[in-house]
Order: sequence, then C-alpha cells, then structure tokens
Amino acid sequence: MISEYLSRLEGIEIYPVISLIIFSTLFIVTIIWVLKLDKKYIARMENIPLDVTLVDKSERIIFQNNAEIKNETEK
Amino acid sequence: MQVEKFSYDNQIVKQFTIAAITFAIVGMLVGLIIAVQLYLPDLNLGLQYFTFGRIRPLHTNAVIFAFVGNIIFAGIYYSLQRVCKARMWNDFLSQFHFWGWQSIIVCAAITLPLGITTSKEYAELEWPIDLMIAIVWLSFGANLFGTIIKRREKHIYVAVWFYIATFVTITVLHVVNSIELPVSLFKSYSVYAGVQDALVQWWYGHNAVAFFLTTPYLGLMYYYLPKAANRPVYSYRLSILHFWALIFLYIWAGPHHLLYSALPDWAQSLGTVFSIMLIAPSWGGMLNGLLTLRGAWDRVRDNPILKFMVVAVTAYGMSTFEGPMLSLKSVNAISHFTDWTIAHAHVGALGWNGMLAFGILYWMIPRMWNTELYSKKLSNLHFWISTLGIVFYAIPMYWSGIAQALMWKQFTPLGVLQYPNFLETTLQIIPMYIIRSFGGLLYFIGMFLLVYNLYKTAKSGKFIKNEETEAAPIENEQDQFKRGMIHRWLEKRPVKFALLSLIVVLIGGLVEIVPTFLIKSNVPTIAAVKPYTPLELQGRDIYIREGCVSCHSQLVRPFRSETERYGEYSKAGEYVYDHPFLWGSKRTGPDLAREGKKYPNVWQYLHLEDPTQMSPGSIMPKYPWLFTQTLDEASTPVKINAMRSLGVPYEKGYEDIAIQDLQMQANEIAKDLINNGIPAEPDKEIIALIAYLQRLGTDIKVNSSIIK
Repeated sequence: MISEYLSRLEGIEIYPVISLIIFSTLFIVTIIWVLKLDKKYIARMENIPLDVTLVDKSERIIFQNNAEIKNETEK
Repeated sequence: MQVEKFSYDNQIVKQFTIAAITFAIVGMLVGLIIAVQLYLPDLNLGLQYFTFGRIRPLHTNAVIFAFVGNIIFAGIYYSLQRVCKARMWNDFLSQFHFWGWQSIIVCAAITLPLGITTSKEYAELEWPIDLMIAIVWLSFGANLFGTIIKRREKHIYVAVWFYIATFVTITVLHVVNSIELPVSLFKSYSVYAGVQDALVQWWYGHNAVAFFLTTPYLGLMYYYLPKAANRPVYSYRLSILHFWALIFLYIWAGPHHLLYSALPDWAQSLGTVFSIMLIAPSWGGMLNGLLTLRGAWDRVRDNPILKFMVVAVTAYGMSTFEGPMLSLKSVNAISHFTDWTIAHAHVGALGWNGMLAFGILYWMIPRMWNTELYSKKLSNLHFWISTLGIVFYAIPMYWSGIAQALMWKQFTPLGVLQYPNFLETTLQIIPMYIIRSFGGLLYFIGMFLLVYNLYKTAKSGKFIKNEETEAAPIENEQDQFKRGMIHRWLEKRPVKFALLSLIVVLIGGLVEIVPTFLIKSNVPTIAAVKPYTPLELQGRDIYIREGCVSCHSQLVRPFRSETERYGEYSKAGEYVYDHPFLWGSKRTGPDLAREGKKYPNVWQYLHLEDPTQMSPGSIMPKYPWLFTQTLDEASTPVKINAMRSLGVPYEKGYEDIAIQDLQMQANEIAKDLINNGIPAEPDKEIIALIAYLQRLGTDIKVNSSIIK
C-alpha cells in the first residue's frame, strides 16, 4: 500500500504530532481568551442583533440599537 | 453625537430570496425525479439529457449552490447591513453578484444535462464556469469587506465572523480544486491524477460542506435565532470558542471520505481523529442555539418559525454527531458506498439547511414587506409536512444502506458470498427507494405551502425597498471595557481578522495537502500500468460525460467480501494516469475497477443497449444514443497532447498517429461484435466506451506477478 511509500518520506510521522500540538494550543489559548473577556463587552456584543438599550450602573447608555423600533412606531 | 441617516438595501435581499425559492423548487423537483428513476429508469423518457448520471449533479448543484447559496446571500445581505449598521458598500456590486450568480446557475442547468462535467462531486462545472464563479465570488467578498469596513457599529458581531471565514475558505477551496487543463471550451482534465486527485477533491468536497453548508449557516443561526426568539444568544463566549475551534478543525477531516482507500494510513487516521474532535465545537454550536431558547420553550409551541429553527439546529446536531461516527473505520466499512451516506447528507440538507432556510424566510419576508405573516396555520402545516418528509426520507435510506452493506458482506458457512450477484442486493432495497421518494414528495409539497403563504404575505403588505434608519458613526472613544484587549483589538479589524482566519484554515489545509504533493513523486509507477489507448481515453470521457461515476465506484477496498466479489483490491499505482480520478462515492451498481475482460464485448454491448437484457430487473437506464452518435475522433490529438503535458508518457509525435490507432482498435472491437452477430459500426461512441470498460483493472490482472 501507499502508506509504505509514504513512510519513507523523511519526518512524515511528525505531521500528526504537530497537528495535535497546534490544535491543543489554539484551543487552550482561545478558552483563556474567552474567559478573560469583560462582562459588559459580552453583554454589548450579544445584544447587537436585538432592539435594546443597555445601561450601566449609573444609568449611562452603553449600547443602543433601536433601528427597528423606529420602524414599528412609524407603522 | 452626530447621527447619520441612511437606508438598508432590501431590494437585493428580495431578489436573492425569490431566486432561492425558485431554485429550491427546481432542485427538489430534479431530486424527486432522480429518486423515482432509481426504480423507474425509463422516467428519463429515453432522453440522454434526463438520465440519472447527468441530472444527479444537477440536483446536488441546484440544491447546494442555487437554493442554499441564494438563501445564504439573502440572509447575509439582510443581517450584515443590520449588525454593521450600514448599507451594503456598493449597490452595483450587489447587483453584479446577484446576476452573476444566477447566470452561473443557468449555465450549470444547461451544461450538466448536456454531459459537460468534470465529474468531481460538487465541482462538476467546467472551467469557463469555474472562472465565472471566481469572479462573482470575489465581487461578493469585496462587497462584504466594503460593508464591514464602513460600518457604524464598532464591534463585529459573531455572525459576521462566520461570513468572513466562509468567504476566505471557499476562495481557497475553489481555486485549489479547480486547477485543470482545458482541452476545449467545454472540456478539461484535472491536473491532479489518481490518489492525489482524490485527496484534493475530498479535501474540497468535505470543506465545501463545511464552509458552504455550515459556517455561513451558523452565522445565520447566530443572527436569526436570537431575532426570532427575541433574546440574546445563550453564551457569546461559547460562540467565540465555537467559531475558532470549528474553522480550525473542519479542514483537517477531509480524508475521512477516503477510508480503506489507497490513501496513506496516517492521513486516514488523522481524518478520523479530527472528525471525532469536531463533535466538540459542532455540539457547542448546537447547544448554544438550543439553549438560546432556555425559558422560552413555551413560545416554540405556537411559533412556527421557532419550530423550524429548533428542528434545523437539532438536525445539525444529529448530522454532526453522525459524521464523526461514520468516519470511524469500522462504521465506514459498512456505511461507505451505500445509501447510509445519502441519508446522512439529507438529514443535513433537508433538516439543517432546508428548515433553517424556511424559518428565516418566514421571519424575514413579513418584516421586509412591513406586515404580518399571512397564515400561521399554513406555516405550521408546512413545518409538519416537511418534518414528516425528512422522516420518510431518512429512515428508508438508513434501512437500505445498512441492509445492502450487510448483504454485500454476507458469506455462507462454506465461505462463499451469499449474494454473489450484485443485482440481488439492489432488488431487495427497491421498496425503500419508493418510500424515500414519497418522503421527498412530502417535502416538495411543503415548498408550495411556503410559496403560497409568502406570496399572500407580500400581497398584504408593502415592500420597503430602502429601509430608512439612522445611527451614529464610530467614534474614537476610549475603550470602556477592562479585560480582553487582544480579542477586541482583533475583532474590530476585519482584514486582520480575515487573515487570521485564513492562516488558521491554511494550517489544516497544508498539513493535509503538503504530503499529497509529496506523494506524487513517491508512488512508484507499476510497470504494467500503461496509459490509456486513444480509443480508451475517448471512452473514458464518455464514461465521465454520462456520469457513470454517480452509481459505479472504481475502488476495490481491501476486504475479503470485496476481493471475492470484484477481484484484487485497488493499488495507488494503478491510478497514476487517471485525470480525473473516478473512484466514486456510491455503489448503486457494482464496482467497475476490475470490470475489464470480465464479460465479452457482446455482453457489454447488449447490456448498454438495454441492461435488463443481460441482468433482468436491473435499474440501470438504457443508453441508446451511444449506438447512434458518432465518436468525435478529431479531438483525439488535442487530448493526447493535454495528457502528455500533465505527465502521461505518450511518446512525442504520438498524437499524429493516435487517430489511426484509435480506428484500428475500434475496428477490432466492431469485428468481434459482428462475429457475434451484432451489426456494430466502429465509429460509434459505444465502441469507445466498451474499449474503456474492457481495459479497467486489466493492467495488473494480466500481470499479477508484478504486484507484490
């Protein structure tokens, strides 16, 4: 079978190993990255598609998206 | 803060929506026709243009690129503008993209029935259309990035990331897989041969599913599901993880389409391992979708849009669990080449792609026409009829796939095949084919409910061509969030983001592709394997034109049940002159890798004239046109030259005598047929096809001592 020909390629066995290492690294880094994100940022991001107004503790508007509300009121 | 007034372009969304619905009906109708042809082959009306092998790719292309493609574009053009708070960058590009895409579809609908095909699954279109696709796709990309760059919302929502990854990856896939050498306006040969071609093709095929049917759809899910449920996605953190893990992992898993083939073992194993790992991000995405409805499940009861979406996301979860299971070698040994694959693909297509598309349409159309949905009852009925359609489609296909695989592998206590005649196993599953087409019919009927309902909805409202809105431009304000700087930095920069996505995708791509290119010089040519004769080469092109590869594989796997049935298992070295490879992915009929010299010429002749003459009950269509159409001998020298420049060792100057050789071989076959009482003419296409079939696998059959 061709695997035998391929196994003669120098250093081919490193491929699967490299693959796993790269993926594990990416996965772990992403998890750390995601966990470190600011809660307010998350709140803002997840509400982008929705028609909402978000305020912080001192009632300051941190995010507003009322494009569609406008259309509703025009009806 | 200065607020800017602008408008969203709904016109382009409307155009893509209408195109999507139209081609959904066409694509599903063709699907229904070929499903019925599997038990009534005469449904092609005796016309070559409606024969299974030619219109099966029409069905797959229509559904994937015309129906789902247009829905993706409609969905992206609608949601992108709104999450970016910007009109599409360039109206001309939007229109160019729309009309360009539709012309590609029309070209496909004309060329595929004419038999103009490269035979590579989901990439059948010939080189001039490939070029069109590239240009139109780039225009979409330009518009996508233009819009993102001039957006008014500083942060880029996760749906848009999926759109970016889709654009970047499809560009790479399309370019790499479409490298072909044109021999005429409508004919080209893949520059890759055999094993290499197979790897590139399934690297493409797998990732076309990933980045055309999955990532853009996940983007749509992240926009439309929160909209329909009117609540944010369950976990935005999970969606980030979902995105990066998914685009990174998907690209590695391609080789799972080639298990037990002549592909190197380690590449097969790599495909399996990454497929299993793929469950994690896929299910992360599915759970994120379903959990978005936490505490709102009561709404699913009376909201048909949510019903469609829930079934879609569930179907996504089922098929992304099934996929990794199918890439386990022991499962694949049973499922591969059978209807199980068809069931798997359709749970994805009908369930995930179809149902989410319907949910999006029912949600989006009333909004663009500023009205309410005409009838909730009708859309509920549509929901149930299509869900039932999926059940009636999938269960018989699982049944027939497993049943047939077990019959193929069944030995008697004496150690011989229990069903040595392939046809016997086919006849057993015909009832399943009938039930499957009923399932397809239900789903197809549902489409008309959708059309009627949406038509009435549009009638009751007024289309808002340009939806006026306003938003403040991005200011250079201080970042108000404390943590996660790097991520936000990246997420605000679309071009750098796209580059990073590209790198992530390329890592997997390269690990898979580099060894493929190394392989080429490392497959020792088997001394006995010679290039095809001119007549065989022409016959092979007819085999490609008629789409024989849709139903016949050319790959004997190393199982006793297969070597008993077909002969010696396939070796990589046997395919070195196969531009393109023709391994196939489904055995509706038997494998043909060792077909050569199995039967006399007269058997092949009569079998192609009417398969039931030689195999009573056969579901293969008749090929009467091969007996009347004259072979295009004049194209031979060009084809020989093309093959030589791809590395096939025809001697210099051979093209000058190729036609002579071709006629000599044709005369021999015709003489043999005449001696057997068949009034055959040597210049007809059938002779070339017989020559090719009689050659298949004979190189090492005759010289078996040369092979270890």
